[in-house]
Amino acid sequence: MTERIVTFMTAINEAMAQAMRKDDNVILIGTDVAGGAEVDHLVQDDGRYDDAFGGVFGLSKGLVTEFGRERVIDTPIAEHGYFGAAVGAAATGLRPIAELMFNDFIGFALDPILNQGAKMRYMFGGKAKMPLTVRTVHGAGAGAAAQHSQTLYGMFGAIPGVKVVVPSNPYDAKGLMLAAVEEDNLVVFSEDKLLYGMKGHVPEDYYTVEIGKANVIREGKDMTIVAIGKMVQVAEETAQILAKDDISVEVIDLRTVAPWDEETVMDSVKKTGRLIVIDESNPHNNTATDIASVVADKAFDYLDGPIKTVCAPNTPVPFATNLEQAYIPDAAKVLRVADEIIADLKQ
Amino acid sequence: MKKKEALWIYQKMNEIRLFEEEVHRTFGEGIIPGFVHLYAGEEAVATGVSVLLDEEDYITSTHRGHGHAIAKGCDINRMMAEIMGKKDGLGGGKGGSMHVADIEKGMLGANGIVGGGFGLAAGAALTIKTLRQDHVAVCFFGDGASNEGLFHEGLNLASILKLPVIFVCENNQFGEGTPFRYASASETVAERAAAYNMPGVRVDGMKVVDVYSATKEAIRRAKAGEGPTLIECDTYRHYGHFEGDEQKYKSEADQNRDRDPIPEFRKVAVEKGWMTSKQADEIEKEAAETIKKASEFAQNSPLPDVESLYTDIFA
Ligand SMILES: Cc1ncc(C[n+]2csc(CCOP(=O)(O)OP(=O)(O)O)c2C)c(N)n1
Repeated sequence: MTERIVTFMTAINEAMAQAMRKDDNVILIGTDVAGGAEVDHLVQDDGRYDDAFGGVFGLSKGLVTEFGRERVIDTPIAEHGYFGAAVGAAATGLRPIAELMFNDFIGFALDPILNQGAKMRYMFGGKAKMPLTVRTVHGAGAGAAAQHSQTLYGMFGAIPGVKVVVPSNPYDAKGLMLAAVEEDNLVVFSEDKLLYGMKGHVPEDYYTVEIGKANVIREGKDMTIVAIGKMVQVAEETAQILAKDDISVEVIDLRTVAPWDEETVMDSVKKTGRLIVIDESNPHNNTATDIASVVADKAFDYLDGPIKTVCAPNTPVPFATNLEQAYIPDAAKVLRVADEIIADLKQ
Repeated sequence: MKKKEALWIYQKMNEIRLFEEEVHRTFGEGIIPGFVHLYAGEEAVATGVSVLLDEEDYITSTHRGHGHAIAKGCDINRMMAEIMGKKDGLGGGKGGSMHVADIEKGMLGANGIVGGGFGLAAGAALTIKTLRQDHVAVCFFGDGASNEGLFHEGLNLASILKLPVIFVCENNQFGEGTPFRYASASETVAERAAAYNMPGVRVDGMKVVDVYSATKEAIRRAKAGEGPTLIECDTYRHYGHFEGDEQKYKSEADQNRDRDPIPEFRKVAVEKGWMTSKQADEIEKEAAETIKKASEFAQNSPLPDVESLYTDIFA
């Protein structure tokens, strides 16, 4: 495999292009995924279409040029309508990638996911498939304020019949996107907008990363930190700092929020006896609390201290730069709770 | 139109334009974080409507909300401070550009959710009707928002309940990069009003006088218990969808759409004798001063206290 350094954003773009090349039934649909549909001057001399910006973040740039407007479909701003259509199309033979520009807009499109797409197979006695990938964007840190910065992957993960993937680096982003499109189930693929510029090794070839499998990115014996998406960087930073105190931290990149990889997390906790989960969601009923409760339930006897979660506070995402920084979990906050559960090791 | 109204309109139009230019400039200098959507070019709509509103009337706004907020009488210094994320901002720096609001002035907020205002405006009108107040609610929205389900549900509900609400569409031809002519099955937004049994009028949104006349009639209907009106204003935003947008979706003809509602109104107002050229010059000068002061006020305001992150969640 050829190794190259590309951004997180390019990795996802490339994955979508490869998925569309491989299977003619894969389509991309969403508000402004091409941008400038029906704008005459974007038609090139060879009759192909250029895109004005390829989605607000430029992530789907070039796809309409290669695949045409029949497969890269700009929609009106009508999330309920086009998510309903994506679910209907997925049930009847297409494999749509439907973009929800910001996960915050889910209020306008929840029914097709919650009541239709997620439940169809179950209600139809296993006779339906739902090969729909919902691409969306979460996370604070861009100054986008309360209605464009929420972290809602946990909410999607609470719906039976929905798989939720949250990549933390470009390599995983490409492999998980290709795996998501191959799935015959509804997968929410949630990208942290702050990771778009992150660079990393991404093979040019088509490859998949298994959905449902966490990644142990650092082995350790004293404590386990499970992290999601952008928070994986916070976990690594914390681990490096603690390593200077000879505290050995195992870092797990959860990768898939629903269903989350119980086996990998449990094996690690049994080894280290201590657990911190970092999740940028609001602190209640989220992925971190779910992991904490399952571990407390099933591995209580292995624990040498209380399970800790580090989440955003129970507030909307503030706009002012200093407040927003205070909102997002960082290594300092993780270290504070780490100190509480490793006090014995530090003596 | 009365002289007083014309002078007010010209003042507010200039304040909005210069406010937006200052936001554009300071955003470019990195002083403003986050997402910013400028209103410049659409001043005739916000002012032509708001000149007929009192403080007790309500408006709902859009992600492009600075112009509506200024026209509804929000404090300009505190608006600028909000957009810069400062302590003295209208929302204490917690809301930013997309959430500028002042409920005491009847401004129910810029909105990060396209179409978020339809239900809110109907709700404000429901309050007005239930409490038998002599007010109206105005819902400003874009052509793009007219394709959200809430447009249809909001208009239908307002119509069957005969609510005193006015739906004002700012049809600036684009929703982000997608042209209205592609995204809408109907040729105009106004014609959709027929489906909800209310008048749908289309006006030149670059002409304050036209916006004003249509609004006047809509307010009369609303207050007479005749129900809602839909007004579609044909307008145009001078800047991109958001700051940093290269606007590649705009054709050359679009780029050169050079109508500007401010000099247009100045000319009309002077011709009609509502305002002298000297008065117009003075208003322009004062507006520049107002905005300069607002920018200084905002830049000198401190960042919010970190403890404020945790406040204002519950009453
Ligand atoms: C529910 C929802 N969907 C999509 C968006 C992203 N978005 C923000 S502004 C915008 C375009 C709105 O167009 P229009 O209503 O015509 O208003 P304009 O920007 O032209 O003033 C879009 C799609 C959003 N903020 N909310």
